[in-house]
Amino acid sequence: MKAKVYVTLKKGVLDPQGKAVMGALKTMSFDEVRDVRIGKFMELEIDGSSIEKEEARIKDMCERLLANTVIENYRIEIE
Amino acid sequence: MKFGIVVFPGSNCDHDCYHVVKHVFNKDAGYIWHKDTSLKGYDCVILPGGFSYGDYLRTGAIASSSPVMNEVVAFAKKGGLVLGICNGFQILTEAGLLPGALMRNRGLKFICSHVPVRVDNNSTPFTAKYGKNEVVDMPIAHADGNYFADADTIKRLEDSGSIAFRYSTPGGEATGEANPNGALLNIAGIVSEKGNVLGMMPHPERASETELGSRGGRGVFESIISTLA
Repeated sequence: MKAKVYVTLKKGVLDPQGKAVMGALKTMSFDEVRDVRIGKFMELEIDGSSIEKEEARIKDMCERLLANTVIENYRIEIE
Repeated sequence: MKFGIVVFPGSNCDHDCYHVVKHVFNKDAGYIWHKDTSLKGYDCVILPGGFSYGDYLRTGAIASSSPVMNEVVAFAKKGGLVLGICNGFQILTEAGLLPGALMRNRGLKFICSHVPVRVDNNSTPFTAKYGKNEVVDMPIAHADGNYFADADTIKRLEDSGSIAFRYSTPGGEATGEANPNGALLNIAGIVSEKGNVLGMMPHPERASETELGSRGGRGVFESIISTLA
């Protein structure tokens, strides 16, 4: 099965990269952009048959490595 | 007494640390490969600066799951002295030995510069040879040194005296202008609750000899040596 993991910065955590990208978009006259937050997207190919079991294991992966829960949130999609 | 310097793939301050311990302070030192699973015989473990695993995923994230880190965590839990410098500090936060996280610098740039650093707590095993609020010169060299933690953690660090070093003016004021990277409360280094783990972004090993322009980092090594003596 394939899992998609989205890692995003928590609310209130400053994102200087997002700010720089927003500045560049403004320079390009995309004035409607109010905020940009940059995150990470990961695709995992998983050997497993039980979605529930794998979801729990991917959650564990996120907690222990894929995301830093001090500053980041994560979301998992399995297909 | 023996110092162990952990070498991860991509560490690049390991030899500097070894040199300072061995040749400047004349103490026994050895390298510990990140796949080693024993810290037997070591009294202080140093996680040096560098770019472990190419800073992939997040700085320090992959190194924090290296085999040796289980031993480093156990060593710290038993009260052993652990010093993380720069990338080593990032690894310590990722491994959960110190709270918070080191984020991208506020200005997005890699900063390589000598900065004044104030000793906020001089009663730790790593800072006892400094004066209280003494300001020393040490270089920083990082892109991810912007210390962040939630408000409760920051308050706990402040109340418990866990903030060991802060970026300050040469006169000792921890002002916004003196903050090179956006770190909360100008935090440059923190100790664990028990005081036996220190993580710091400035490089004391690059500030231990007159030839390198500053001796402001010597106090860290002198303090450890006096603690272990």
